[in-house]
Amino acid sequence: DDLKKFKDEVLHKYPKKVAKKRDKAILLNDPETPPQIQANVRTIPGIITQRGCTYAGCKGVVLGPTRDIINITHGPIGCGFYSWLTRRNQTKPETETDENFMMYCFSTDMQDSNIVFGGEEKLKQAIREAYELFHPKAIAIFSTCPVGLIGDDVHRVARHMKEEIGGDINIFGFSCEGYRGVSQSAGHHIANNGLFKNLIGRDDEKRGDLKYRVNLLGEYNIGGDAFELERVFEKCGINLIATFSGNSTIQKFENAHTADLNMVMCHRSINYVAEMMETAFGIPWIKVQPIGADSTAKMLRKIGQYFGDQELIDKIEEVIADEMVAVTAAREKALKKTNGKTAMLFVGGSRAHHYQNLFEELGMSTLSAGYEFGHRDDYEGRVVIPTIQIDADSRNIEEITVTKDEARYNPRKTEEELKALEADGMEFNGYEGLMPQMAKGSLVIDDLSHYEMEKLIELYKPDVFCAGIKEKFCVQKMGVPLKQLHSYDYGGPYAGFKGAINFYEDIEMIACSTIWKEMKAPWESETYV
Amino acid sequence: MLLRHTTAKEIDRKALTINPAKTCQPVGAMYAALGLHGCLPHSHGSQGCCSYHRSALTRHFKEPVMASTSSFSEGSSVFGGSANLVSAIETIFSVYDPEVIAVHTTCLSETIGDDLTQIVSKANEDGKVPAGKKVIFCNTPSYVGTHVTGYANQVSSFVKFFSTATPKKRNVVNLVAGWMEPSDMREIKRIAKEMEARTIMFPDMSDVLDTPLTGHYDMYPKGGTTQADMIATGDSKFTIGIGPYTTEDACIKLENKCKVKFETIEIPIGLKATDKFIMSLSRHANVPVPDSLTAERGRLVDMIADNNKNFYDKRVALFGDPDTLIPLVEFLLTLDMKPVYIVTGTPGKHFDEAMTELLKEKVPEAKFKSGERADMFQMHQWIKQEGVDMLIGNSYGKYIARDENIPFVRLGFPVTDRPGNNFFPYVGYTGATNLLIKIMDAFLEHKDRTCPEEKVELVM
Repeated sequence: DDLKKFKDEVLHKYPKKVAKKRDKAILLNDPETPPQIQANVRTIPGIITQRGCTYAGCKGVVLGPTRDIINITHGPIGCGFYSWLTRRNQTKPETETDENFMMYCFSTDMQDSNIVFGGEEKLKQAIREAYELFHPKAIAIFSTCPVGLIGDDVHRVARHMKEEIGGDINIFGFSCEGYRGVSQSAGHHIANNGLFKNLIGRDDEKRGDLKYRVNLLGEYNIGGDAFELERVFEKCGINLIATFSGNSTIQKFENAHTADLNMVMCHRSINYVAEMMETAFGIPWIKVQPIGADSTAKMLRKIGQYFGDQELIDKIEEVIADEMVAVTAAREKALKKTNGKTAMLFVGGSRAHHYQNLFEELGMSTLSAGYEFGHRDDYEGRVVIPTIQIDADSRNIEEITVTKDEARYNPRKTEEELKALEADGMEFNGYEGLMPQMAKGSLVIDDLSHYEMEKLIELYKPDVFCAGIKEKFCVQKMGVPLKQLHSYDYGGPYAGFKGAINFYEDIEMIACSTIWKEMKAPWESETYV
Repeated sequence: MLLRHTTAKEIDRKALTINPAKTCQPVGAMYAALGLHGCLPHSHGSQGCCSYHRSALTRHFKEPVMASTSSFSEGSSVFGGSANLVSAIETIFSVYDPEVIAVHTTCLSETIGDDLTQIVSKANEDGKVPAGKKVIFCNTPSYVGTHVTGYANQVSSFVKFFSTATPKKRNVVNLVAGWMEPSDMREIKRIAKEMEARTIMFPDMSDVLDTPLTGHYDMYPKGGTTQADMIATGDSKFTIGIGPYTTEDACIKLENKCKVKFETIEIPIGLKATDKFIMSLSRHANVPVPDSLTAERGRLVDMIADNNKNFYDKRVALFGDPDTLIPLVEFLLTLDMKPVYIVTGTPGKHFDEAMTELLKEKVPEAKFKSGERADMFQMHQWIKQEGVDMLIGNSYGKYIARDENIPFVRLGFPVTDRPGNNFFPYVGYTGATNLLIKIMDAFLEHKDRTCPEEKVELVM
């Protein structure tokens, strides 16, 4: 009822047309039969959204974390500048001399003359200079808003420069202009297409152990998350071929099709690659969410079940038992402070769901959650995909047709084997979405506005609010601690077992912080004369 | 090595900018707009810019930074963003109720040629702007100039939309604040108060980007130049533009519009620039310089004299914005330091001329560069060719400082990895003292950690 009151109060404030639209994006949840949510539609002008753009989704999120590609932003200086080291994609080259361009920002720095006369020649020259200075294996070009408008063709430039430079260099462009689509999401899709067209499947050599070969898709190594998962896999004897794209290299992408299982972590940003790789190479995919110790254990058990090898299954159980000793101790310590508290999560397109696992482990309930740019399938589950209508704003995002790669297609499991695994509780190509996990009557809100955020906090005073840098200090001025779940407030990792321990400690710290009791000066109380 | 691919060997770059010493216009406009009381900045473009700019300012100030956006879609990018802006204006006033919306543009709306004058008058005609409320605007194409230009354009728009001359001149001096920290603006107001000068400062981000935590969030904090004050700037008797790159346009506009004479001076960073500011204010406000300020000055001189050996002949590399770099270089020269490499991504002749003039006698070997490709990569290459004793600049400098093992002082925008930007001023004599302490701390910490054990000293 409280929550219904919230909705009425908020919608009342909006102009009629706005209220009508927002009405469909704010729902009372029912986990049994999730109501249909409005998602992935255009942002309401002036509402103060959390959202970013397509360029951010493509360059900033998906391609940014790969250390040996030179990413050139084709545009005025801002886009390159703001995506320079601001997402915490950590990377660790194997040697002191391996390529690592992550600390660099490359831009064509377009000027007004480039807008008037076109920027293709400057882009070509920039590529020449990047090559002369660094001799990279690959150069990627990212289009920004004006590029599409003035008609610069980055794909043509890429082809031209690949020929001009010659040799093995790989040069490719992305049409990820900021105005495409309605959010970062379009950029993910464009990046996925580019990965598939230009990198995946170009290196057939099977390296390392031939057993238990997996890829982790949609893990960007924020605060070292991928490092922790690499550690866990290695400990279990699971052979991680490629991560898309935390701590990644070109060669790992090119070789990814030699894996036998794809695991999708961030469904929103990378489900396209998972689908394409299944179609082209016959690699099945499963959804995993190794955020929270129990969920990490669950992921490992799924891998064991998939490969069906007793030796692996035993090893996995041994690792889980070993890791859980420290996890349990940390959890028990934190639980004393966190049990019964409440949280709200409004993060990107994935973490607003995954982190509910961690809060559950801390005995905390989630009152409200939502994504900036999730689609209906991220909320309601992939079962609704056939009913999703692509609207005019997203229609121009390139859809590529993928067919079987005749030379490399190899179904990793027979139909019967897959059916048997499914009968045993494994789910392929499936994701049930955020809503089935959330309590009945909790609030699900898509593309939360600043106003809605203020109202949520005012009415419910959650103990922890999770969002990003733009929200952090507003919420804290209101006396509620905000945990950044994009940057982790410069901590982490939060994935895997060690990540869970870090998260327990950080949330306990927030829950116990003394300073929130000091917001009023002693002389502001009524008893002071 | 973090920047392992940077080598001493330079090539003649004509197109590629690497590790820029600048960013784009709208973030400057957004920052300046926050210095008007009750104002909500609005970014007329696709929403990515607005998110990036809010994030950049937030990471620097560790404070809420509010702004709205027109959220262009592909359709509006082709057919124009008029409908987006008009509906944004309606939604903003209904939901967020600012006194003023300050619209700036991005490369998107500039490239398609949206006419803000026309769109805003349409919003007014359609009754989307409530009585007593205002929508102001400026054009901030990202492919012209830098964030500094955007700041200047926004400040200029305040004059355009507010400053009004009445027949009655007042004995007031306008202080147009260039790109400084809120703490710097507070310090400048303190100095003016100490001098008993009557001033109006605009923009003014103090009490906006340094608000207390009370359990209550106020979208429009108590700070910011009020509209009444902004209107009254037309009746002032003189204007001092503090930082020519960021304020000269506004000064010229105010002179043309309201016949208020002006001069621009450098931001009062260091001894001489502060002297000049105080003399300018004393002259134009017709007030004497109080003994208290003379004493502050004397304490700064005392500190420099006491610590001269820490500064003398030390080679320094600097990057940042011209209005900061010019007085800073002058200050370093006062300390007998040697600013040898100086880059600013912001183009403009004034910087080159000022550097030539400042450096020609004391540091003739200095290299400096401004505008396109005057970037941190270039500066780092110079450092590789011949090293420096200190690096001064924004947080992006830390990668160079670590690779080259150089003592590093964070100054400029953005400083994202240390708190306190909005607490301690760098302007005025007090600010210069703060800066000196930072410089010495960086040197002495470095020495304490790297010198041979037998050289560790208790007293310095």
